[in-house]
Parts: sequence; C-alpha cells; structure tokens
Amino acid sequence: MTTHPPSPPTGLILPSYERPRGVHPPLDSAGYRSTALRAPRQPLQLLPQGLTEVTGPLLGEGRVAPADADLTTQHAGEPLGERIIVTGRVLDSDGRAIPDTLVEVWQANASGRYQHKVDNHPAPLDPNFSGAGRCLTDAEGRYRFVTIKPGAYPWRNHPNAWRPAHIHFSLLGRAFTQRLVTQMYFPGDPLFDYDPIFNSIPDPKARDRLICRFDIDLTEPDWALGFEWDIVLRGSVGTVFEEQR
Amino acid sequence: MTGLPLTPSQTVGPFLAIALPWPDGPTVVPADTPGAITITGRLLDGEGAPIPDGLIETWQADPDGRFDHPDDPRGAVAPPAGFRGYGRCPTGPDGGYHIITLRPGALPSPDGGREAPHLDVTVLARGLLDRVVTRVYFPDEAEANAGDPVLSALADPARRDTLIATADTGDKCRFRFDIRLQGGPETVFFDV
Repeated sequence: MTTHPPSPPTGLILPSYERPRGVHPPLDSAGYRSTALRAPRQPLQLLPQGLTEVTGPLLGEGRVAPADADLTTQHAGEPLGERIIVTGRVLDSDGRAIPDTLVEVWQANASGRYQHKVDNHPAPLDPNFSGAGRCLTDAEGRYRFVTIKPGAYPWRNHPNAWRPAHIHFSLLGRAFTQRLVTQMYFPGDPLFDYDPIFNSIPDPKARDRLICRFDIDLTEPDWALGFEWDIVLRGSVGTVFEEQR
Repeated sequence: MTGLPLTPSQTVGPFLAIALPWPDGPTVVPADTPGAITITGRLLDGEGAPIPDGLIETWQADPDGRFDHPDDPRGAVAPPAGFRGYGRCPTGPDGGYHIITLRPGALPSPDGGREAPHLDVTVLARGLLDRVVTRVYFPDEAEANAGDPVLSALADPARRDTLIATADTGDKCRFRFDIRLQGGPETVFFDV
C-alpha cells in the first residue's frame, strides 16, 4: 500500500493493482531444471500501471459452450478414473467476485498421461478423455468442472521425479495485471515434498493455497467426489494515482 | 485495503497445447481487415535456441487508443469491427509465433504524458514459473517512442531497443519482434 500525491489535472485516475511480493515462485528456481535457460537474468523493470495494464480482454461469451465444463462427456464413452467435481470462486484480493471471466483447464488422464505428442510416459491414453475444459464464472465468480482425478506422472527433471496430481488453470481476470496461470493440487498428496515446481513457491502457506479441499457437501451421492478451490487474483487498491517513478 | 492472500503462479508446463491455443487466437482482427499488420517473431532461450512449447499473448488499445473496458476512465468504446484487442499464439517448432492485428493508438499516461503505441505481451512456457511481461513498440514511431515514459526509463539504448519491433523491408504491414528470455540481447521484462 502506498500513499500517492493527488493527481495533476491532466492525469488519468486509474485503478492501481496490488503488486505481489513473495507470493509467486522466483523465475530462477534451481530445483526446476527447465528454468536454467529460460529464466531472465536481468532484473525486471518496474512498469507503471497505465491504461493497457488496468484493462484486459473481457472474453468468453460465444467462446464457451456449457458442455465444455464437463470433461467426462466429450467422447462416445466415459473416461476411466475417479469422477470428481471441482468448483470454487474467482475473487480478487479485496474479496470481490470476478464474474464472467474465462477459466481454462487441462490435465492428465487417470493414468497420468496427457493427450499430447510429447508425453511419452508409458501409461495408457484414454480414448474417452481429452483433458481440456473451459467455463465462464457466474455472477458470484463461481466456476464448476466435472472431470476425473488426474494421475501422478514421472518427468525427467531429476532421477525418480514425479509430479503430484494436478489440474492446470488459466485465468484472464478483468485486467492485464490479473492474468494468472497456475496448477491446483489435491489434499494429502505424498509427492508434495519431492516436487520442485510446487516447492518453488517460497512461502509454505502460499503453497497450501494451491491445494483444493475435499467437501462432502459438494460430493454427489453415488456419482462424484467434490472438491472446492478458490482462486484469488490481484485486487486494485481503488482510485489512487499511480506513483510516479 | 487488500485482504485475501493471492493464489501463486505455477508454470504453464509442456502440455499447454491441449487447451490454450484457439483457432482464431493469432487473429486479433480478421487477416483481410484493411490496415491489418502482422507481427512475427521467435521465442528464444539463453542459448539462442528456439522455444517450441511457449505461448505468446498480446493486449492493446484500438487504433484510436481506446479500450472496450469499463476501467478506462475515458469510457469504454466499442471496438472496430472484428477487433478483439487480445491475441494468443502458441510457438511452433522454430519458436515462431505471429499475431495479426491493427496498429494501436497512442495513450494518455497517468502522469499526464503520452505513451507511444504499444502492445503488452505475456510470455508463458515450460520453465517459466510465472508469466513474463514485455512490450512491443513500433520502429516508425521515433518521436512518440522518444516521449514514452516506459522507454525513457530505460537508460541503456541496447536494452530499450529490445522492445522495438523491426520493420520488414518492403512490406510496411509486417514487423518482427523476437523475444529472448535470457542472455545476449535479453528482452526487457517488466514487473507489472
């Protein structure tokens, strides 16, 4: 939180989005080998939040069909695996719901295999599971997917490396500043302690915010287990003038 | 006052192609729109090798410097026909991407100055634990670029130049913008 001088008469009054500090993983994270040649070496340059940053694409209508939110009904038959419901709200850090925003997900199948040409894990593909879904949040910011629980899978980062089961999430939010791509994990996964991607987040409490919660009330009898996971995007601190730098 | 703690970022990983590419992603406007420009480039790593599993996203003002968005205090303006403002293109085997769009207009900046025409860019890839953000400026806007507060804040001209697309010789509707994540002439990335 900063205090700002009153805006000059020529200035625009824009929302000012919280700058996350100590929340996201550092780009250069030695345990995750692929960062070695991809993490920028130069310090990031501070970008004042102008019109381009406080606006963003408000897309979705016409881009999403209701069926896109059910990953178990995209093929002739049902996918193998544990049927689950994953739902939650997309909020900003002020607690405001973010309605009508696009949520895109992708994941491995129940065997831990992605339907992707570079995935060579010797686990079976499932002809009834593509692993991609999308939906728009409702007026209360809520999203809801029906899918199957993804399997853990090995990767080549280090000897005997396995990723904990996860679902990838992509969110546009309402402003360029709010764009977020992340992964949701499942409670009690024994692989957490061994995963350099999960552990790239410095603060253990922040890591835990990527773990969904089993909810018996969301669980549908004789049908599917329910999990809840809220997503919090950067909030704006109101109509203060962007600090001059 | 902020209350809820933020959800941390994680890498987009190697399998983003399952979900994120859209058939119309690279076309911010239909390719046959009068005045459409094409921005092409390659995403490169610290050894100059192409990154074939990345995603490039762009966001920009319309040619009048307006946004179809309620948080623009000048008011939301309906976009030109077919213009989405937002582009998304996965990188190919050669690290290449392309975006077809309209040239953005200049913008008033909060300090009372003017921002030169630009596109904001998000880069996502395996090996990036968070998105990185850069900007594309235009080579034929020398005067506007000279007055741009973001470019002006970069003291080193070599660093500044990484944000300016190069013109295609012979085709004024084509620009090139390579993105080097690391080393060499490393592209300037922003804390937004």
